Amino acid sequence: MGLLDRLDNPYNFGGIILGTFEDLLNWGRSKSDWYLHFGLACCAIEFMAANASHFDFMRFGTIPRASPRQADFMIVSGTVTLKMAERIVRLYEQMADPKYVLSMGSCANCGGPYWEYGYHVLKGVDRVIPVDVYIPGCPPRPEAFLEGMILLQSKINQQEIFRKRKRLEEELKVIK
Amino acid sequence: MTEKEIYDILKDSFGEEIIEFAHEPPSDPFIIANRSKIDEICLFLRDADELDFDYLVLLSGMDYIEKLGVVYQLYSLKYKHRITIKVFLEKSDPNIPTVEKIWRSADWHEREAWDMYGIVFQGHHNLIRILCPYDWEGHPLLKDYKTPDEYHGIKVPY
Amino acid sequence: MSERRRIEFEYSGVDTERMRVNVGPQHPSTHGVLRLEVELEGEIVTEVIPHIGYLHRCFEKHAEAMTYPQVIPYIDRMDYISSMNNEWPYVMAIEKMCDIKIPEKVEYIRLICAELNRIANHQIAVATFGLDAGAFTPFLYLFRDREWILNVFETISGGRLLYNYYCVGGLRNDVYPTFKEDCLDIVRQVRATNKEIMDLLVYNYIFVERTAKVGVLPPDVAINYGCSGPVLRGSGNAFDLRRSEPYSIYDRFDFDVQIGKGEVGIVGDSWDRNIVRMNEMEESCKIIEQAVAQMPNTGDVSEAIPKKVRVPKGEIYCSAENPKGELGFYIVSDGGQKPFRVRPRATSFINLSVLPEISKGYMIADLVLILGSIDIVLGEIDR
Repeated sequence: MGLLDRLDNPYNFGGIILGTFEDLLNWGRSKSDWYLHFGLACCAIEFMAANASHFDFMRFGTIPRASPRQADFMIVSGTVTLKMAERIVRLYEQMADPKYVLSMGSCANCGGPYWEYGYHVLKGVDRVIPVDVYIPGCPPRPEAFLEGMILLQSKINQQEIFRKRKRLEEELKVIK
Repeated sequence: MTEKEIYDILKDSFGEEIIEFAHEPPSDPFIIANRSKIDEICLFLRDADELDFDYLVLLSGMDYIEKLGVVYQLYSLKYKHRITIKVFLEKSDPNIPTVEKIWRSADWHEREAWDMYGIVFQGHHNLIRILCPYDWEGHPLLKDYKTPDEYHGIKVPY
Repeated sequence: MSERRRIEFEYSGVDTERMRVNVGPQHPSTHGVLRLEVELEGEIVTEVIPHIGYLHRCFEKHAEAMTYPQVIPYIDRMDYISSMNNEWPYVMAIEKMCDIKIPEKVEYIRLICAELNRIANHQIAVATFGLDAGAFTPFLYLFRDREWILNVFETISGGRLLYNYYCVGGLRNDVYPTFKEDCLDIVRQVRATNKEIMDLLVYNYIFVERTAKVGVLPPDVAINYGCSGPVLRGSGNAFDLRRSEPYSIYDRFDFDVQIGKGEVGIVGDSWDRNIVRMNEMEESCKIIEQAVAQMPNTGDVSEAIPKKVRVPKGEIYCSAENPKGELGFYIVSDGGQKPFRVRPRATSFINLSVLPEISKGYMIADLVLILGSIDIVLGEIDR
């Protein structure tokens, strides 16, 4: 549900859109996501294909950034090994809030084909960092990856910004 | 040149150091050598005019359950012949001279064999782990290797 | 052409501090999770230490735990850019051990798929090499063409990237009726694009300035380091397993082994390694055209597939010419259902080991290009 879809509301005269400021912020955030650019394994090639001419990932308003400090979300594209896990955690911690993680491919989701005998494979990147969207497949097709991106955008669209603190306080009261 | 002829040349030059020649089709033929002079044997294989093994195709560590082993596969770009040389090592004493100065590609292969099997290549200039992290414990490709439960606080098994 | 390359460091009387810079494992131009520890004197590289293993996925351990056909998907994931080529030496080795005679049609389909995948691999190699040099447009052109090849692979095998298509004694599926026409279409398209890439990238003045005389690899060093594929051929040594020890049916085709000639610089520089890849695409096109003309229409691709793969006790080394170089599998069997040991001769692993040797004395900006010209894939290096 984009912000511009609300143009057909009954109070529409002269391009006035009714909505909250939160909607506007989320709309802006979800349509200009910058991602941390790095590839891990096979999925990175499919990710490159998604980035190239045929699938054109950048029409989502995404721009690759080489530095985690400028990135909004991170794509874990491929197998995370134990040697790499600490680096992934560090990259994640260097990103500024709010930040999101897209786990691409079976390996990043759960260890993939390496789940049983992979003594050096991390069985799912969610063991070290929180994940927002899981994209299944080994490797996922670029279309599946774009679907994951749409899911992430809709997740950002629904996020609370101002009410969040209030809600947290209320939840804390209930817990107490 | 056939593998048997290469074996005969080596046997003439090194005698006791070359133990056996085996060829049972469909397997590849191979030569079994002693470990103590393997670096001299390799240098001879590379530098002898009629052999000219200038290309180390593969150096692999092996775990034969009761023994360890190192397998050298050589190729000659000039004469287009191949040979496989096997060396067996006791598990209690996994030392073998390095060949990294003969073929530079052996450098990383030997590091990998050390990483995976714990085979010590004596004289190697930088025998450290290559694939596993530097603080990894154990040698993963040994047949009796047990996957660790934890690495730096991360659970390893599924 | 300027003569500024390979600056030997001379003591100028001014003490400067040598800097150690860490490149990777998260870096856009290391082609994956490679980490390079670089020692710099100003901007000049004095030492490079590659640290690998950030993608060590325990292939050899998995191979010992799986049955022979089950290993093939893991082989796909080793060099994930050229999966078709990867599977080939493995199934060839087992076929040799089991003495399986494969049908003529299978040989042709395997060969055509391998050559198509060689083109796809070289397209990625040239595209990312262009990216390293700052050229983004060839990347888009080459990836557009690569999709055509992937479409064919997807139709015959079901996968876009990892195919699991070759199996011991045959192929998973037969090809579809218009396979031959599609192959010829691809050949036509690849030739047209390559002509454009030649003007746009390869003979572009800026590109030539940046890559010629950079990362010169003399042939004797290349052989001593065990390099193969375009890295060795770029140095002027015409070693190609397809020609020197023709496996499968490569002896039936007419093609040239491309070598670097030092056209714009010195033999064995980065530009030469790149032009070898460009020319090899043309050679692959020639092979595909001949193979499509000779390929029999009838035949069952799965008639020779054994119900259960039983490999006799023994060991074998079997290799094939991969896009990146010689890929071989040393398979030891103890007569059981699972291999006792599968040891791949990982091409990129060996090709990368030459990097510290050839990157000393160049600028740090050239280091990225030298790395790109070797065309590594981390899945194969770390396995």
